[in-house]
Amino acid sequence: MQYPVALQTSSLTASAPASPEPHTPIPENEPKVIKITNCKILRDHKIVEHDAIWIQGGKIIDPHKFFWYQKRLPDQVLDAGGLLVVPGFIEAQINGAFGVDFSVPSDPETYERDLVLVNRGLLKYGTTSYCPTIVSSSASVYHKVLSHLKPRAGSAKTGATILGAHVEGPFINEARIGAHELKVLQASAKNGYSDFKAVYGLEGATPEAQNKLSHENQNSVKIITCAPELEGIMESIPDLAKAGITISVGHSMANISQAEEAVQKGATFITHLFNAMPQFHHRDPGVIGLLGSRFDLPRPYYGLICDGIHVHPNSVKIAYDSHPEGVILVTDAMSAMGLAPGNYQLGNMNVTKEEDRVYIEGTDTLAGSVITLDACIRNFIQFTSCSLIEALEAVTLHPAVLLGIQETKGVIKPGADADLVFLSDDLFVKRVFVAGEGVDLDAIDVQVTEKF
Amino acid sequence: MRLVIRQDYDAVSYHVAKYVKERIKEFAPTANNPFVLGLPTGSSPVGVYRNLVKFHQAGELSFKHIVTFNMDEYVGLPRDHPESYHSFMWKHLFKHVDILPENVHILDGNAKDLDLECHRFEEKIEAVGGIELFLGGIGPDGHIAFNEPGSSLNSRTRVKTLAYETIVANARFFDNDITKVPNLALTVGVGTVMDAREVCVIITGAHKALALAKCIEEGVNHMWTVSAIQLHPRGMVVCDEDATLELHVKTVNYFKSIEKVHEQLIGSDNMVFHE
Repeated sequence: MQYPVALQTSSLTASAPASPEPHTPIPENEPKVIKITNCKILRDHKIVEHDAIWIQGGKIIDPHKFFWYQKRLPDQVLDAGGLLVVPGFIEAQINGAFGVDFSVPSDPETYERDLVLVNRGLLKYGTTSYCPTIVSSSASVYHKVLSHLKPRAGSAKTGATILGAHVEGPFINEARIGAHELKVLQASAKNGYSDFKAVYGLEGATPEAQNKLSHENQNSVKIITCAPELEGIMESIPDLAKAGITISVGHSMANISQAEEAVQKGATFITHLFNAMPQFHHRDPGVIGLLGSRFDLPRPYYGLICDGIHVHPNSVKIAYDSHPEGVILVTDAMSAMGLAPGNYQLGNMNVTKEEDRVYIEGTDTLAGSVITLDACIRNFIQFTSCSLIEALEAVTLHPAVLLGIQETKGVIKPGADADLVFLSDDLFVKRVFVAGEGVDLDAIDVQVTEKF
Repeated sequence: MRLVIRQDYDAVSYHVAKYVKERIKEFAPTANNPFVLGLPTGSSPVGVYRNLVKFHQAGELSFKHIVTFNMDEYVGLPRDHPESYHSFMWKHLFKHVDILPENVHILDGNAKDLDLECHRFEEKIEAVGGIELFLGGIGPDGHIAFNEPGSSLNSRTRVKTLAYETIVANARFFDNDITKVPNLALTVGVGTVMDAREVCVIITGAHKALALAKCIEEGVNHMWTVSAIQLHPRGMVVCDEDATLELHVKTVNYFKSIEKVHEQLIGSDNMVFHE
């Protein structure tokens, strides 16, 4: 019988450390501590009951440390009424909402005002962080709008967090142009990173410099959608990844080997799977075939527009069944999202908005997607019979990991931002917290665009 | 000493929790006169804590005027280590109830001067007027708190080296690696526990049967430190049927019969009696 080695005799002398410092730094002037009880919590891939969420200084804290080191009780206890509390939703692709189109440059004041309008309005649907998406545009448009889209923290007053822009194009294949304008497409990037820098107006002279800006939250471009089969794009992917940008394959005609090469070089996302790419072909599955890549090639995340219209529910289920860990639900919503039913003039387009879809006025042609992210979750569960946890992680944990922000967003754990959504059992948004502050959802007025 | 025998672990847990609740209700604690409770860790009290939390959530029990003293804590383990006794108490009891943080006392296994920490602990107990009710479990070797076989029955709060058997038993919480288990702990002494005005020991499971028999049917012996309860004016052991497996039939029958008599005399709701 061996006595375990390393007796702690040294601890009996003064060399033993004093009680260790708490890991979560406790703010100096000790802001209010809020405890949220009587809730179900999505945490660590489980739904936990009989527990509470503790918030201080806009962050989620470890109550254990708070109890033992600060020896205080919470300043405020909120009864969540049995609702399900999940991390605030993260939207990776949205072109506008409430009559606002991110890709249309206006004078700086108007653009800012419209941006804040959308930031606040998105809270109604549970989105607390997002990447404003810009369709293929000219360099001058990018230079104008991207200056507004550097990462900025959200708040209960100013609305959702902006994570940086998703620039969908212009290095995309004109054969899969979707609704973009042909004349602003770029057919190649012969000069690699410099071409991207020139078009978007990136501030970093080199990928390393841009990466440094990214760490300081000064990078306006978070995601780039591009077609890897175009000249010069494939070779640029490693540099773009080095610059701290998420590269997504989309609006592309890539065959399966080109698509896999793009992933090998650093692409980690597929832009709205199934849309703006060749149909699945059994001998060359193309971009869609990435869901069937063998195990030593990491399969990327993929966006799914889950309105049941852009992608048939069965196709959603097929994608989910083949790669459930990779799904990220997106809305790809256009400017009419969130408007009440009626006729509107949006840009140079007249549209008729109904409850859940929008048509070009007087036609049967859809003008785009107007689904909201919380509706995507409900649809996704209906289409795939997945678990509640899987559906919720598709709009929280998965986009957070894709964008490398999973220490502060998309999770409920000590140190994360206190962005919370309270859902009813049928998954409707009842309450929202941004940076630890409750939001008065009724006070958010988004109907400013006039109907006619 | 009273020996209360219940069917199984859940029945024992419910009985002890209800007893604690009734004792506190009868005491009617206030801010100036709090109810001082001594608390254990381990698997024995988990059911008791679960029931106490249920009582609290049903609005039947408030912890606002309760002061607690835990029995022990590992030396050298960070306070927020998932296996520290701070973490255990937070997880099983404190995070669910309305106890005031300044009323909670657990030995600090990372104090610079461990002996001083032990002295201070004893002083704190004295300062609140002593412990009203001390709950405890028992190890398979009959130890209470970390008072391993051979501990003085008059001992006070101090640093103890853990017995090999205890380290092996605890290894399951440390990835089954006995080199990861702390081998020193701060613990209240046998004397500290027996100074409480009432002591209630929870003993469940067949693996504790021998310890129970040694502690209540044989002599007061420092090899089975729970046996010190024999000298306490108000001691109680609550056990399940499995734990009685090594007791004489006569012992079991006796204690079961006197409980029946009590029930008939004063009713099961009036089980708080004075000797």
